[in-house]
Amino acid sequence: MQLSGWGNFPKRTTQLTAPRTEAEVAAQIAEGRAVARGNGRSYGDSAIGAARTLDMRGFDRMLSFNAATGQLVTEAGVMLSDVIDSFLPRGWFPMVTPGTKLITLGGAIAADVHGKNHHVEGSFRACVDWIDLMGPDGSVTRCSRDENAELFGWTIGGMGLTGVILRCAIRLRSVKSGWIRQTMIPAANLDEAITAFEDNMAATYSVAWIDCAAKGAALGRSLVMLGEHAEPGEVPPRYRATPFNAPRRRKKTFPMNAPGFALNPLSVRAFNALYYWNGSRQEGQQIVDWDGYFYPLDAILKWNRLYGRKGFMQFQCVLPQDRAREGLHRLMSAISESGQASFLSVLKRFGPQDSPFSFPMEGYTLALDFPRHARAIALMPELDAITLDHGGRFYLAKDSRVPADTFATADPRAAAFAQWRRENGLADAFASAQSERLHL
Amino acid sequence: MTHPVLILGARSDMARATARAFAALGHPIQLAARNADSLQAEKADLETRYGVEVTLHDFDALDVERHEGFVDGLPVLPRIAVCAVGTMGEQEENEKDPAKAVAVLRSNFEGPAIVLGVLADRFAHRGSGTLVGISSVAGDRGRASNYVYGSAKAGFTAFLSGLRNRLAKQNVHVVTVKPGFVNTAMTAHLDLPAKLTAEPDEVAGAIVKAVKKQRNIIYVRSIWWLVMSIICALPEMIFKKTSI
Repeated sequence: MQLSGWGNFPKRTTQLTAPRTEAEVAAQIAEGRAVARGNGRSYGDSAIGAARTLDMRGFDRMLSFNAATGQLVTEAGVMLSDVIDSFLPRGWFPMVTPGTKLITLGGAIAADVHGKNHHVEGSFRACVDWIDLMGPDGSVTRCSRDENAELFGWTIGGMGLTGVILRCAIRLRSVKSGWIRQTMIPAANLDEAITAFEDNMAATYSVAWIDCAAKGAALGRSLVMLGEHAEPGEVPPRYRATPFNAPRRRKKTFPMNAPGFALNPLSVRAFNALYYWNGSRQEGQQIVDWDGYFYPLDAILKWNRLYGRKGFMQFQCVLPQDRAREGLHRLMSAISESGQASFLSVLKRFGPQDSPFSFPMEGYTLALDFPRHARAIALMPELDAITLDHGGRFYLAKDSRVPADTFATADPRAAAFAQWRRENGLADAFASAQSERLHL
Repeated sequence: MTHPVLILGARSDMARATARAFAALGHPIQLAARNADSLQAEKADLETRYGVEVTLHDFDALDVERHEGFVDGLPVLPRIAVCAVGTMGEQEENEKDPAKAVAVLRSNFEGPAIVLGVLADRFAHRGSGTLVGISSVAGDRGRASNYVYGSAKAGFTAFLSGLRNRLAKQNVHVVTVKPGFVNTAMTAHLDLPAKLTAEPDEVAGAIVKAVKKQRNIIYVRSIWWLVMSIICALPEMIFKKTSI
């Protein structure tokens, strides 16, 4: 069947199965060129098997929880939203979470996702204690920092190309409420935004929404949002009796694919200006619920339809700390001059990262969405070149279109990963549309 | 609401979702299926997610001789019992292979009816309880495409109806659930229309609500009521020539 990622592009033919038992997983792997898929939230072609795709959402059992250590053991198809549903009422929250909770833990490990606290606590890797991984011969290996450490290292961020993740142990963080104390800092331009990040390295969470349509002196104007888990006493009075029960918002579903003209330079510019103006009025501190703070887009199910039938592409790069400022200026200038402003753009300071093949490195990451039309597609090589010029690299979980040679130049670890896969007999068993496109 | 809930045929996707839905409300759960020890992961899941007590019980729906012993062997008589036992088989095989047809007829009708009958007696004696039978829209009218399965479900639907009638005066309630198409392992090989196909979670939610509101017969997606009303209203002269 035809399968795509969250960006609705590309669509690739693959044989999709939903195994229920480990024996069924092993049988699929034995056929070759398979990759596991979670909830399909990677944007590009990461979770489309080159020949076979294993829908792992049936493996959704939680197996144990240790309230002394916060360690949760689950099968790989358990969703982050389920973890929050079960454990926030008991005072626990994921240690690391990306901007959507509608992902499986297996997917979070494979992409080594990051959150608003990367600068302090690192990527998802930091909360993973061990992984049970099924190899090419169907045998299951437990790997951790102490046991099969090399396999553990490559698997986290390895995009499912080291085996099929069956189970994992992750650690949750203890929280005092389901609320976040948010501090909003309007930044009039890119330099002010960077200053706001650098001045607030001790904040638990930090992220900026950045206006890609602004030009000139306002280039890169941003709303920098800091966050701390709120104490029970800070919870709004009407929710204080049950501080973990934030109000549940009604979910809306984006009804259909929007027509291609819905997102045009004018509407994007207007939206961004309005968003900045509205955010600036909320300068200072506010108490917000966890769902609204971490997962604003989860409130609109199927929001990817906003971009219409042709789908959209994400551009996400990270630039090393010493060259980030200059590189970001060039990226923002290129985007604003092209008139192809991104509707949703996010800037984030990363902290140090020590891992063989994960995306983050100390510096700044910029994430942009573009509808898939000719002018936006034409802008991509320019952004790629600026990224390369400044020692940056690309995020596989978002990618559907970086040319193989560009990726290889940006990330020399890719060649090492590919070689390690060949040496360990993994290259034929595990392959995605993305791994074949980028020769991983 | 912390009364124990018994799930019969606990391995199926609908049963798993139903167990979760009741556990989420704090009910202790009794999971019953063949080879119950292999349900350890389900037990761990319910305990970990919801912090409720879960027990496992060997139960073979086809071994009707032992149903009384099974019910009396439960650590505590449940307040709510959900029967999710059933198997669809392949219509073509069911037509040609008597052994397969017998298995489908027995596992969709005989086994579920007998065990719910035993539970009904115990519930009536106690003077409280709710029985939930997962039947099927396939039982509303026999069709060429699945009448072996459908006729067994028709029998089960009639049994539940009679049970409800009998127990109405004894404070025991009976819910008949007709899920329509459900996206489960049993139907994974079929190409089902999205609008008519419910997720197991939806079925579970509908069951919990039906138990709470003491509903009698529920279609999980209300469109199925319409679809089946039309199918049932067709005169036999016309119906017999259709392929639906």
